[in-house]
Amino acid sequence: MSAGIMTTLAADKPALNTGATAFMLISAALVMVMTPGLAFFYGGMVRVKSVLNMLMMSFISLGIITILWTLFGFSEAFGTDHGGLIGGTDWIGMRHIGLTELWPSTGIPIYVFAVFQLMFAIITPALISGSLADRVKFTAWSLFITLWAIVVYFPIAHWVWGSDGWLAKLGVIDFAGGTAVHINAGAAGLGAILVTGKRVGFKKDPFRPHNLPLVMLGAGLLWFGWFGFNAGSWLNSDGVAAVVFTNTQVATAAAMLGWLAYEKIRHGSFTTLGAASGAVAGLVAITPSCGSVSPLGAIAVGVIAGVICAWAVSLKYKFGFDDSLDVVGVHMVGGIIGSLLIGFLATGGVGQTAKGLFYGGGFGQLGKQAIGVTAVLFYSLIVSAILAKLIDLVMGFRVTEDDEVAGIDQIEHAETAYDYAGIGSAARNSLATVLSSGPTDETSKETPKETPKAPEADTATKVEA
Amino acid sequence: MKLITAVIKPHRLDEVKDALRDFGVHGLTVTEASGYGRQRGHTEVYRGAEYTVDLVPKIRIEVLVEDADAEEVIDVVVKAARTGKIGDGKVWSIPVETAVRVRTGERGPDAL
Repeated sequence: MSAGIMTTLAADKPALNTGATAFMLISAALVMVMTPGLAFFYGGMVRVKSVLNMLMMSFISLGIITILWTLFGFSEAFGTDHGGLIGGTDWIGMRHIGLTELWPSTGIPIYVFAVFQLMFAIITPALISGSLADRVKFTAWSLFITLWAIVVYFPIAHWVWGSDGWLAKLGVIDFAGGTAVHINAGAAGLGAILVTGKRVGFKKDPFRPHNLPLVMLGAGLLWFGWFGFNAGSWLNSDGVAAVVFTNTQVATAAAMLGWLAYEKIRHGSFTTLGAASGAVAGLVAITPSCGSVSPLGAIAVGVIAGVICAWAVSLKYKFGFDDSLDVVGVHMVGGIIGSLLIGFLATGGVGQTAKGLFYGGGFGQLGKQAIGVTAVLFYSLIVSAILAKLIDLVMGFRVTEDDEVAGIDQIEHAETAYDYAGIGSAARNSLATVLSSGPTDETSKETPKETPKAPEADTATKVEA
Repeated sequence: MKLITAVIKPHRLDEVKDALRDFGVHGLTVTEASGYGRQRGHTEVYRGAEYTVDLVPKIRIEVLVEDADAEEVIDVVVKAARTGKIGDGKVWSIPVETAVRVRTGERGPDAL
């Protein structure tokens, strides 16, 4: 009741809505956990020799993008508009943002909006990593996502979500990132692999997922975090947020069932990888449309996305592009499906007033959605391919063929994910290193026990507190 | 002495182990192994891509026995490991020249 009154007040005269603010801070944390979730989802799908690299490709985005966002990314995406294409310099370094200043037409502080959007900026480049599994230099990848965020993601976030962004003004609906996040990342993956090429052994050697429980864990974390991603994108905690939350659950369930049904009929089994992939396809497709469709519409969005994405992941074999973990087949295709279905299934009665074809809205919204999809897809595809090519020319994008075959984890990270040997070579080598640096055998054997990292971390926390 | 090696289905390990203990075998070595015989492999499907897995997980059991016991131990293993379906495995024996118990230095049958 009181929340309803506060929402009404917020609409008339913007006032801080503490309920919405609390919800948004929690939503930001939920979106943050999607990136580790994605890391596990992808990590389980690669071979045992490249799981650490896969995890790191996502985790490094948490590092790099956070700093970029703080320095200038938020300002570039959401600062004062320049021609509908890019934000201004007003909030460089996150300065000049008042603690009491509210994001326009919401009851949440600008800081809350900024940190919520940061989590989107982190996961989007991480999504691309699935296309490039097993084969790119870690430094090249780090440089790629840095440039990609600056040249592709921050501007497109402005086009789609900036109040004066050209796609937003055109009336393109992207509730939580069907175009800005998923089509964007999928197209970028496609652009990058067109330059980078296939893995050694593509279509010949088996690239069997090494740990499906890890994939399921990652999919579960993504599903959980996605409630913050979608419902949080309403920037308020009210009935609309609840419908968006419901739609997210419904479409995901429907897509999982759709994918499973497709593969049972087509390939004979219900697979865990199919269940995880179907769920993610549904989450992707409902992302742009969750503020436009009814829960019944969400079932349609989910089933359509589940079945079409299950089919679309086979395209890479037909066309011979090694989209290793199906970022194109799931995220780009799923994003397109969700974005275009708004043109058919928008009821006009949830968060958005635009109506789709099936609700008497004619072809107008469908046309706008098609423009949004096309603009983001081709901009991202072309610019990403150019960035990948530039990096390839300057430093080489890929590891050598020998290193790729030997395993990227050891080459790029000097680690092995699992010590199957137990007391084997790994233990002996670490001891050898300690011995060579220590004064005598006896004392150096104890060295690892004497300098664990945990106590240091504890001290640091206490000092800060 | 003879070294008896058995490659069996992993889920038959407990039966074989129990049968050997009941027979009076004092020790054995178990290893996880992969391989194929007439069973060949099987097909797995990941996002529509079919993979033929031609090496199937197996358990390898090794037992050292006295010559007189060899045939009987082989029968015990075969009986315990058998499911009647393809892929039940193989058992074979080879002569062993010597064996030493590390702790005591005992040699030959005394070391078993």
